[in-house]
Amino acid sequence: MKIPRLLQAVVVIAGVYFGFLIVFDYLLGAVIPKSLLTMYMFFVAAGVFMVFTYDEEKTRELVAPVKALVEDPAKRGARNLVFTLIPLLIGYSVYSQLQPGFEAPVELRTIHPAPPSTAKIYGKRVNLLSLENPFRKVEKEDPEKFAALVSDGAAVYIKNCQYCHGDKLDGKGPYAEGLNPTPLNFQDIGTIAQLQESYLFWRITTGGPGLPKEAAPWISSMPVWQNFLSEEEIWKVILFLYDYTGHRPRSWEH
Amino acid sequence: MIIIDKIAGIYSLKSNRNKLVPWVVIVLLALVLLANDAHQNTIEAAQQVAEAIEDQAAAARTHVPAPKLTAADYPTVAGVNGRLVVWVVAQLHLWFAAFVLAVPIFVFIIEAIGMRTRDKRYDDMAYEFIKVSITAYSLTAILGGLLLFSLILFYPHLFTYLSTIFSETMLYYALLFFAESAVLYLYYYGWNWLQGGFRKWVHLTLGLMLNAVGTTLMLLANAWLTFMMSPAGVDPAGVFSGDSWAAIHNFLWNPINIHRFVANIAYGGSIVGAYAAFKFLTARNQQEKAHYDWMGYNANFIAICALLPLPFAGYYLAAEIYAYSQQMGITLMGGIFAWLFIIQAVLIGTLFLSANYYLWCGMGRSDGAKRYTKYIKYIAIVLVGSFLVWFTPHTLVLTNSELKSLGGPHHSILGPLGIMPAKNTAVNIMIIFTFLSFLFYRRSNKIATVSWEKTGNICQVALFSSGIANILFLGIYHGYFTNTVYKVAASIPQVVTTLVVIVGSLVLDSFIYRKSRDVGPLHWGRIPERAQYALFLLAVAFTWLMGLMGYIRSGIRQHWHVVDIMRDASAQAFTPTLGYAANVVSVAALLFLAMVIFVFWIAQVSSSKTLPAGYWKE
Repeated sequence: MKIPRLLQAVVVIAGVYFGFLIVFDYLLGAVIPKSLLTMYMFFVAAGVFMVFTYDEEKTRELVAPVKALVEDPAKRGARNLVFTLIPLLIGYSVYSQLQPGFEAPVELRTIHPAPPSTAKIYGKRVNLLSLENPFRKVEKEDPEKFAALVSDGAAVYIKNCQYCHGDKLDGKGPYAEGLNPTPLNFQDIGTIAQLQESYLFWRITTGGPGLPKEAAPWISSMPVWQNFLSEEEIWKVILFLYDYTGHRPRSWEH
Repeated sequence: MIIIDKIAGIYSLKSNRNKLVPWVVIVLLALVLLANDAHQNTIEAAQQVAEAIEDQAAAARTHVPAPKLTAADYPTVAGVNGRLVVWVVAQLHLWFAAFVLAVPIFVFIIEAIGMRTRDKRYDDMAYEFIKVSITAYSLTAILGGLLLFSLILFYPHLFTYLSTIFSETMLYYALLFFAESAVLYLYYYGWNWLQGGFRKWVHLTLGLMLNAVGTTLMLLANAWLTFMMSPAGVDPAGVFSGDSWAAIHNFLWNPINIHRFVANIAYGGSIVGAYAAFKFLTARNQQEKAHYDWMGYNANFIAICALLPLPFAGYYLAAEIYAYSQQMGITLMGGIFAWLFIIQAVLIGTLFLSANYYLWCGMGRSDGAKRYTKYIKYIAIVLVGSFLVWFTPHTLVLTNSELKSLGGPHHSILGPLGIMPAKNTAVNIMIIFTFLSFLFYRRSNKIATVSWEKTGNICQVALFSSGIANILFLGIYHGYFTNTVYKVAASIPQVVTTLVVIVGSLVLDSFIYRKSRDVGPLHWGRIPERAQYALFLLAVAFTWLMGLMGYIRSGIRQHWHVVDIMRDASAQAFTPTLGYAANVVSVAALLFLAMVIFVFWIAQVSSSKTLPAGYWKE
């Protein structure tokens, strides 16, 4: 028996939808965000529509059941049912979306807010566009000394940072569970690997209170480390972050 | 304090002006003397005096730092929001300018093809395209004038500062605009006059000149706006060094030039495609339908040709912005504008999908297309799959329960899809598969006659497979397992691979289909009406996309008129919310589209004749 094309289209769209849920939520154990799934499904449906309608004959076949439902006098009962159910479903959907819930509203937080071009750090005005890690050049000049600097940075990190960012730098320190937003995972390719060292220096030294306006809500619990650590210690920690994760800071030339 | 500053500002302006006036008078006198005095020594002496005066005047002009403005320096005119006016007018001007600069480029190419093939249809189509752009040209000029007035009215100090730096280019711009108008009118009105033999060559040369002047105009205007983003030729206080070329050739000038040049062609193609679709839908007979179907196909072809390299030009521009300023780069793609970039990604994907859909629908013109239509569903799967990767955001919108379930905002599977290597890989694959759609369309009405057809097809498959494998390898290995220098650099071999696949495949295909037979005549006009709506969608998506991206390009300056040099102190200096910005761009896009419909209508009206019975004396 040949499956009607309209049913084929519906089955394909539903299959992709449930496929996403099964793969992400159950097999991979990492839920697919509802907002993203909605966007995905819109374009999956558009793709299905395109494949099912590029040909005139096949399009006629696709819309034939809809046309029959609207025009065929014999389908009066089904027509009345569908034309009653559709507005009801839309109404229910609107009602569900507008009904106030107990869950806190979704916050769209900018994880990497743009840095200012200059910032006041350690009492002096620093140009973040040209700022460089003073120890980075040691990496080539004297690898042994560089290893010692990284080791110093590791010690500073373990004493101060690992409580939140974790001893594996994966954002899962002992305190991480109690924080919102959760501490950054430096192992993630989307964090420090995308940034210049000057950016890290700015974020570490000025912490949560130094976040710019666009980074609202300003609820980061990152301390203002320039009040607790020396400038050299912070640069060494930055060396350690990149060394341990295997990432390289963003740069424009070798 | 503000009043004191204002008075001080006026005084400083006036005092500069007062200093300049006598010098200008003396220069004029010196010029008169030069003209009248025949004695060589006097001329030389006067020249020396004039040069010295000119140098002093130039020095006085160039040593003015960028003004430090206050909110009081921005005039309020009839309670109108100055930023909104400048924003909308600039955007409308830019849309029309992009269109009228692009049309002559492909009109020139189509005319040349017509000359080469001696197929009059090409000449007629080129003429029809340029006819559409003529009304748009007037609107471009009107909107350009309106933009100039708006800037002078609402941002007088900014305009004064920019005009001191770009005085020469502004003069050349005005002169070139006259040249552009003259050449355009000669080109358009002389179309039927300059036909055949040498005359046709003269006409084609006019087309070339039109493009040369138009492109130069765009390059000059680009210099002004890129100077505001990456100022050069000035010191940190904004004092101009006097080197105009340094100010023009600033860091972002060429990336913008390349991006705009390519994008304009794609945009122009999409707008004339919409015109053809409009004419197709209103056609009164089969002959008209066939003509406008053919026109729509060509317009879509132009738009796709320019669309294919466009993501690379965009990526190059974004990379250069990031290289120029970490702050602007992050604001652009990781900060506040990141979500507009998701909309951009969605719109670019829409462009690819509608261009492909039009090609698939167009296969119905050939009786031999059935051999290839069975592959369409696979192309669609790859296109949609790549598209989903293309617009997956870096920062996910998560509900609290999702946050709790994931243990934080990081998503182990989707997170890596949010960064550029994934996007570059996805877009390269989308481009290759769009080209594959075109290849199938091209083959649909042909039957190869060469004995090695099967071997040729195997080579084609090998070329596509190895190209895709290389793109995936470059994207995954260099994108995720090396540092950013290689990550950004890997985009170049990816692009080269895509180009090699496209060019190699075209060459191979042209050999396979050498001396091929046609399945039958192509049935122009045999295309579903919904395919025309795909052409409309292409034009609308392009328009909206340009508006949004134009806002972002301008918006990353944030509270600066000229980045780090001249601060915007107006009440409107803040970055508006994304929703507000999207609304402004959407309303402007609707205005533009309404004006474009007017242009289409007027082009139709100009060719229609009515003969009122009994109105004229016999």
